[in-house]
Parts: sequence; C-alpha cells; structure tokens
Amino acid sequence: MSGLRRAAAELLLGELRAHPWPALVGVLAIAIGVAMGYAVQLINQAALAEFSRTVNSLMGNADIEIRGPRTGFAESLYPRIARLSDVVVASPVVEAEAWVPQHKQALKLVGIDVFQAAQVTPGLIGRPSSPRLANLDLLGTDTVFLSPTALASLDLKPGDALTVQVGLRPVTLRIAGALPALGEGLHLGVMDIGAAQWRLDRLGHLQRIDVRLRPGVDAAAFAETLNAQLPAGVIASTPQDTRQGTASLSRAYRVNLNVLALVALFTGAFLVFSSQALSVLRRRSQLALLRALGVTRSGLLRLVLTEGALFGALGALLGLALGYVLAALVLRYAGGDLGGGYFDGVRPTVHFDAESALLFFALGLSAAVLGSAAPAGEAARAQPARALKAGDEEAALAKLRPPWSGLVVVAIGMALTQAGPVSGLPVFGYLAIALLLVGAIMLMPWLAHSVFSRLPASQRAVFHLAYARLAGAPGRAAIGLAGILASFSLMAAMVIMVASFRQSVDDWLQAILPAQLYLRASPGGDAGYFSEAAQRIIASTPGVARAEFSRVSQVLLDARRPPVTLIARQIDARQPGRRLPLVGAALTLVPGDPPAVWVSEAMVDLYGFRTGRLIALPLAGRSVTFVVAGVWRDYARQYGTVALSRDDYRALTGDTHVSDAALWLAPGAGPAQIAERLRHRLAGGDNVQYVQPGEIHVASMKIFDRSFAITYLLETVAVLVGVFGIGASFSAQALARSREFGVLRHLGVTRRQIGAMLALEGALLALLGVTAGLGLGWCIALILIQVVNPQSFHWTMSVHMPWLLLVQLAAALVVAAALTALASGRRAMSAGAVHAVREDW
Amino acid sequence: MEAPPREAGQPVLSLTAISKAYRNGRARVVLRDISLTLTSGEYVAVMGESGVGKSTLLNLIAGLDRADGGRIVFAGQDLAELDDDAMTALRRSAMGFVFQAFHVLPHLSVEQNVALPLLLNGVGRAESAARVAAMLAAVGLAGFGASRPSELSGGELQRVAIARALIHHPPLVLADEPTGNLDPETAAQVLRLLRDRIKAVGAAGILVTHSALAAATADRTLLLTSKGLAPHAPASPIGV
Repeated sequence: MSGLRRAAAELLLGELRAHPWPALVGVLAIAIGVAMGYAVQLINQAALAEFSRTVNSLMGNADIEIRGPRTGFAESLYPRIARLSDVVVASPVVEAEAWVPQHKQALKLVGIDVFQAAQVTPGLIGRPSSPRLANLDLLGTDTVFLSPTALASLDLKPGDALTVQVGLRPVTLRIAGALPALGEGLHLGVMDIGAAQWRLDRLGHLQRIDVRLRPGVDAAAFAETLNAQLPAGVIASTPQDTRQGTASLSRAYRVNLNVLALVALFTGAFLVFSSQALSVLRRRSQLALLRALGVTRSGLLRLVLTEGALFGALGALLGLALGYVLAALVLRYAGGDLGGGYFDGVRPTVHFDAESALLFFALGLSAAVLGSAAPAGEAARAQPARALKAGDEEAALAKLRPPWSGLVVVAIGMALTQAGPVSGLPVFGYLAIALLLVGAIMLMPWLAHSVFSRLPASQRAVFHLAYARLAGAPGRAAIGLAGILASFSLMAAMVIMVASFRQSVDDWLQAILPAQLYLRASPGGDAGYFSEAAQRIIASTPGVARAEFSRVSQVLLDARRPPVTLIARQIDARQPGRRLPLVGAALTLVPGDPPAVWVSEAMVDLYGFRTGRLIALPLAGRSVTFVVAGVWRDYARQYGTVALSRDDYRALTGDTHVSDAALWLAPGAGPAQIAERLRHRLAGGDNVQYVQPGEIHVASMKIFDRSFAITYLLETVAVLVGVFGIGASFSAQALARSREFGVLRHLGVTRRQIGAMLALEGALLALLGVTAGLGLGWCIALILIQVVNPQSFHWTMSVHMPWLLLVQLAAALVVAAALTALASGRRAMSAGAVHAVREDW
Repeated sequence: MEAPPREAGQPVLSLTAISKAYRNGRARVVLRDISLTLTSGEYVAVMGESGVGKSTLLNLIAGLDRADGGRIVFAGQDLAELDDDAMTALRRSAMGFVFQAFHVLPHLSVEQNVALPLLLNGVGRAESAARVAAMLAAVGLAGFGASRPSELSGGELQRVAIARALIHHPPLVLADEPTGNLDPETAAQVLRLLRDRIKAVGAAGILVTHSALAAATADRTLLLTSKGLAPHAPASPIGV
C-alpha cells in the first residue's frame, strides 16, 4: 500500500471512529433494503418452485397437454388423438373441484384411465390399502385415492368414506388408498375415469388429454399443427406453456412486491447519499488537504467511492443473511402466499439461491456506490485551496441549485408514463416513478433556496436565526429535505393508491350486488350446480319476487395465459349498466348484430376485445361470433371475464345448469327467512351457500386488506428507513453545527433558544418536505393508479384522496422532524460551548 | 451610530482568589489564587505559556465555566449566584467576544453577523440597521454588509468579529488570540482597530495572547503562570 493510500485509509478509519453512527445507519439501511428484496425473492421462488412441482406431478412425463374449457370437451376427441401416428400414449383425464361439506373445503378430483395414465402420469396411480382387491379398487366406481396432504388435511384414512357435493346432492366415495408418489403439498384425489364421469356428472366429457409423443417429434410444432384441427376452445400446449401460464398467474403481483422491496433499497441508497454527502462536507478541508499532499482527483474519487462500496458490501452481506432468515420465518409461519391468494394450499420451504443472492448483493453494492457518487464527484472536483478555507461548504452545494437537470429528469419520467407494458409488466411505469423521485430530489436545492430565501424577516431571535440558517444554507437544508420528500411522497402515494383502490372496490361491490340474497350451489369448487328443477323451485319460493341465475365457467383462449372466466347471466342488452359496472359507453345493438358480450377491462388489455369489435369465443366446441357491446370493471378476476346473456348461452350450448342465483325479495320477506325456506324446499338445500350482500361486502374487504397487508408492511419498512434517515441527517448536520451553537452560546443565546431554533428549522424543513412530498406522492399515485395497476392487473380505479389520513401523517412527520432536530441539537450541544469554539470551522 | 463613551475608571470586573482545576483521572490545577480588577476604559493583555490557563480564565469570566474557588463580580453581580439562563442573559447584554478562528457564522451575511447581538438584545430593526452600518464603516467594512463570510479574507473576517463584539456596547470585551490566524501586517491593523474601538466606547477589554507585540497594544500586561497573575513588562517582541 502506498503512503498516500495508507493515509487515505487512515482518514477513513478516523472518520468511522469519530462518527460511526451515520455510517452505521447507511449500512443498516442498505441491509434492510437487501433483506426485504432477497426475502421477497426467496419466498416467491420457493412458492413458484412448489407450484411448478405440483404442475409437474399432474402432467407427469407428458409431451403435450390438450385442455379445454372447465366444462370440458366431447370425449369423442380422445380416440382421434390416440390414433394419430406421432402419438405413443394418450391419457384422458376428467377433472372436478368438488366441495367436501363435512370439512368445509374443496378437493380436486381427477379421473384417469389407469392403463394409459401408468405410462404418462404414473404418480397418479393409487396404492390400494387392501392388496387383495388392488385392481378392483383402482377401477372401482365408488373408490378414490387421496394424496398424503389431502388425507392429512381432511383428517381421513384409507377405508373411510369421503362425501363430496355434486350438483346439490351428496356423493359418497370410499377411500381405497393413498397416492404416495405425489409426496407432500398436493391436495388431490384420484378416481377411475369412468367412475369420475358418472359420479361427478361429467358423462361424455373430458377436461384434459395428456399425450406422449414418438421420440424425435418436436412437441411445440406438433402442438401447433394439432391446434388447427382441434375443436374451438380446446388447445394443445407444451408443459413449458402450461408452466408459463401458471407462473403468469402471480407474476405481476410478485414483480410488484419486488419493486416495493426495492423502494426500501432505494431509500437505503438515499441514506448512504445523505450520510456520505454530509460526511464529505464535514471532511471537506481534510480531503482538500489530501489533494494538497498529492492525492489525485481520481484517487480522491476512488477513496470516497470505496467508502460507499464498503458500506454497501457490509450492508448487502448483512441484508442477505437477514433476508434468508426472514424468508424462512415467513414461509414457516405464513406460507408462500404473501397475501396475494395465488398459492393457497402450497407449503414451500426456503432454499438458498446463489444467483438471487449475487443479484441482491450487486444491487445493495450499486445502491451504496451510486449514493456515494455525487459526494465523491464533488470532493474530487473541489479546488483544494478553496476547500481548505472555512465556510466553503455551502458554495459547493450551491452548484446543485439550478433546476434544469432535475426538470429534465422529471420530464423524461412523465414522458415514460405514456409507454405501454413490456411483456405484461409496467416496466416504464416503475421507471417513470423512479425518475420522478430522482428528479424531484434533484430539484430540492432549488426549492429550498426559492422558498427559504422568501422567509420573512423576524425580530424574534429564534425565528431570525432559524430563517437565516434555512435561507443561508439551502444546500444543507436540501439534503434533509430530500429525505423527507422521498419518505413522504412514497408514503402519500401508497396511501392515495390504496384508498382509491379500496373506495373503488367498495363502490364496485355496491354496484354488482343489487339483490338481497345470493345463492351459490356450493361454497367452493365447480362440481355444484342448480338444475333446471332447482331453479324453478327457487324462483317459485314464496317471498322471492325475482330470481336471476348465472353460470360461471372458464374458457381457454391462449395456452400461455390463465383461463378466461365466462359468466352467463341475465343482462338487458338495452340497459347492461343495470347489472354490470360499465366503464365508458356501451354499444347500442341493432337487429342483425351478432349476440353481445360485455368484457372486463382485462380482456381489452390482454386480448384487444374493444367495444364494437367482433370476436370469436369457443362455446360447446364451436367458435361463435359475438360483438363486444361494452367494457365493465371486474375487481374479482384479474385475467379477464366475459359476460353474456344467459339466454344466448343456453341457446348456444344447451347447458341449463347454473352455479349462482341472485334473489330480490317480496316486501316483508327477510333474507334469513327465505334462506331457511329454501333449505327445506331444495333437495340438498343444506349444501347451498346463502349470503347476504353485506356479508359478501365484509368478506371482500377483508380479502382486500389481507392482500394489501404485505404491501403495507414493505412500504412501512421503506418509510421507517426514510424517517430513520431524516433523523440521521439531522443528527449529522447538528454535529457539524456544534461550533455554531458554541458561538451562539458565547453571544448569549440560551440552550432553550438553540433547541427552539433547531425544532423550528426541523419543522419548517419537514413542512416544505411534506408539501412537496404530497405533490410528488399525488403524481406517483396517479402513475400507480393509471399506469402500473392497469398494466399489471388490468383494472382501473378512480382517484380518492384520503385527506384526513394524509394530514395526520404529514403532521406526525413534521412533529417527528422537529423533535428529532431538537434531540440532535441536545446531543450536539452536550460537548459545551467552550469546547465547540476551540475547533476550527 | 456611536454610543456615548462610558465614564472611565468605573469598576467593571473583579476577580478575587480564583482557582480552577480539571479532573480527568487525576486533578490538574490550572488557575491558582488569581485576582484582577478591571475598570471601564481599561484594556489589559494577559500573556502566558500554552496550557497555563489563559483561555480558562476567559471562560470563567464569561460564565461559560465555573470557578472552584474565589469570587467573580461582573457589572455588580456575583457570577456564582447566577444560573445558566441569567449568566447567558448577562453575556448577551454585557460582553463581546473575539476568537482566534473568527467564528463568523457562515450562513449569515456580514451585516446579519454583526447585527446578531442587537437582535438578541431586542434592538429594533431600523436602529439595528443604522448601528450596523456605522459599525461596519468604523471597522473599515463599509459596503461589505451583504457579503458572505466565504467571500472575505481572514483580516476582514476578524473585523466582522470585532464589529460583532462591540455593536451592542458591552462593558467588557474578551479577545482570545484574535491575531493568531493573521499575517503580521493584518494582525497589527486588527489589534489597532480592536484597541481603538474598545477605547471609543469606553469598554473594558481583556486580550489573551502569546504575542508580545499584541500585548504591547494594551494599557498594561499581566503574565499568567502556575503561581498566579502578575504584572509583566513585555520584552523583545518576536512578532505578533
């Protein structure tokens, strides 16, 4: 090590020894940011890996999966596929999600042809508990084999009876054994295919055909060729496509969480910046001395950047360890769901991931180095002769004052809001938020100067001194101001976005729940339904003034996307807004128009189904042309919903079953009374779920709040890091001002007056910070509401400002800033006035 | 706007048998049996080796530190009887300070720095502006009022400090090595200015210095040693 380098290293160590707290705060902030990001990443990876394993278990070693709508496709397709020359084995599958009333949970039931499945999905072949009747049980008409997880979760064992609901009636099956090959994590039962079709009301239909191809056949090309020959709505896809579809279910949510975690890292980077900026300012004359002693500009730049890198590396390593522990704890105690509801029933475990660890280490390191870049550049550019002179610090900061570069960054950020999504993700939206934040921070020196230089003159000493300090040192004020701005704007943006979303969901629930009582054939799964007879009984029940029925099912439009929900319900084509919360104008239909559909906003984004467009939908194996007559808001389903008239649906498919009913009651009839009446009148009426709109409302808002819990948590951590940073910044500034306080004490200013001056400075700074932060937060909230949410989740919402909460948060921050400044000042004054003036400025 | 000079010869400060020791592990006696009387219009230099307690003496007089023994009476008040707030108020109205490192507040303009004691003592804005302008002219800084401290030389900064020390007409001015950071020529100008201004307002002044040349500008010189404070005739000055 050269002498100069050693001198520089000693300078760094000396600085750390003298002022360890600001550095420690920077290291901790980076650690928290990295920990949050790495934990979210590990949790998502673990959940996805477990989900993937589930998909793999169900698909076995199939090369191609042929899948149709949830209601299934004609089984006559199976022999056509099995006879294709490139097909070695085709394994037909029936699927149903049946409600288990006794245990109040849904169970996935899969019907297989054991002889075909043995070659494609051997894991689905049950192991009979009674070897004597093994083969008979595998083909039994009332037998079912349950996965270990299902056995445990239902608290059943081989030999027990399992009763599931089909339609409204109970179907009792005998548990003939287990599915040990599936291992843990899969909640599933397997039956013989014939039995499943018969017992689960799926006669003549299949949900899936798993296909193994001749060796050497290109699966993707085969799937593409086959798709041209398959009935409408039936799609052949490769396992990769299926996995992609599965992953895309939660992708936007996962990316959103990662971005939120990165906000904490950004705040950390900002903290490193403010601690480094103040540290460089404090050591300005020391660094100038190094230059005078022969350290080059690039040497000085490297020195300060190395300091930042050292903090970043320490913080990142600490963050990785914390992140791993956090992920393990979350997975152990809360599951991999992270509140999003995407991975229900999956119990993943954490695994160290070197690639992600390296990525987050690099992010932490880069954040710290970037945070140090501006102070390092300033230190290197400073003229040693000037920098050696006392009182030159503000002159250095004055260079940051012109607003132009900040305005350019803000303008670029605003322009980026106009860009569309990249692979379904609002990349430019996130980038726009980051640029807006950075640009606004760059504008802070200008804002501080412009506002504080206009503060009125005061004859009261405390006010005069506080105003003069803010006006005379706007550069230093801007460093604290930027911290407040970053924290409060992110806090305000999140609060505005969530309040807007919550209010919009609230309004939406009011709009979609016009009836007084709602019935669902079964509380979960898709095997429950109301037959025509049941519908007649419901409609004719005394006290029911009006009954509207709907059929909810799913169709597959793209193998790489999740299925689209199809809702057939009573809709008056002349007044669709009476049943659907429309967004924009609806199309007025004229005679000769094809049947109408009303699509959710997601269909517009994902499939381009705009109002007025003619589209083809697969119904009962046929492609049917519809006209899109309007777009409506659907917060319940993220991947698209198509609503059509139930009369049209019935005429086109012949399907008379319905899954839900909405009842308007006659005057004097109460919902509880009608529910009781229906329980007696309907065969299987006890299995029906009866809910009042208020209960749906409460349950929905609970789900909403749960899904935002992790968002709140990540945001709170980011804001706390920011507030911590404000404290650190005030503390560092107060420390640097101890000589000023010493002089003021000599001049006859009391400790109380200095405390009041600092509190006033802190409060004024925070007031400007929260005012600017509110403006910036509103802009960021608009981007979240109008760009990020529509591009991620394909729904829009109206803006609602939660003024009371915002004012309370702002007031809390201003008070906290004043108290922090006061506390920092007390510490800085503790050395005493005599000691303070002995040091040079 | 110059205040009428005080009547010379009035008692301003009296130190009787002052002692002070610091305890960092073991006690170190810094001042022992120090007595001093100062009247208005009198300008005294205190010399002594480094570490002998010159600055401690100033701190005790300023009420920034407490004596272990003896009595300090300033402007008729026994400093031992004053609490921190009362002492601060006394310092605010009746003392002026000039430091070696100037300690001009960097975020205030020159006139704001000079006006600070007036503001703290509740002097109205118009009167304050007039007195600052007059004082800046008196110390040779007319036209520098709006300047920032970072734009001034060391000599100019010390002039600002002198103006600030005298603007509120304190009966006592304490100067701790005011020329330690200045070149000889500037130092001489500053010393002359300090003496002239103190004399002009009839204040009492204590100049703590290592420099015999600086001490020579005072009415009398005292030498502080470990044995106490004694009259001293500066000899063979080697610089300021």
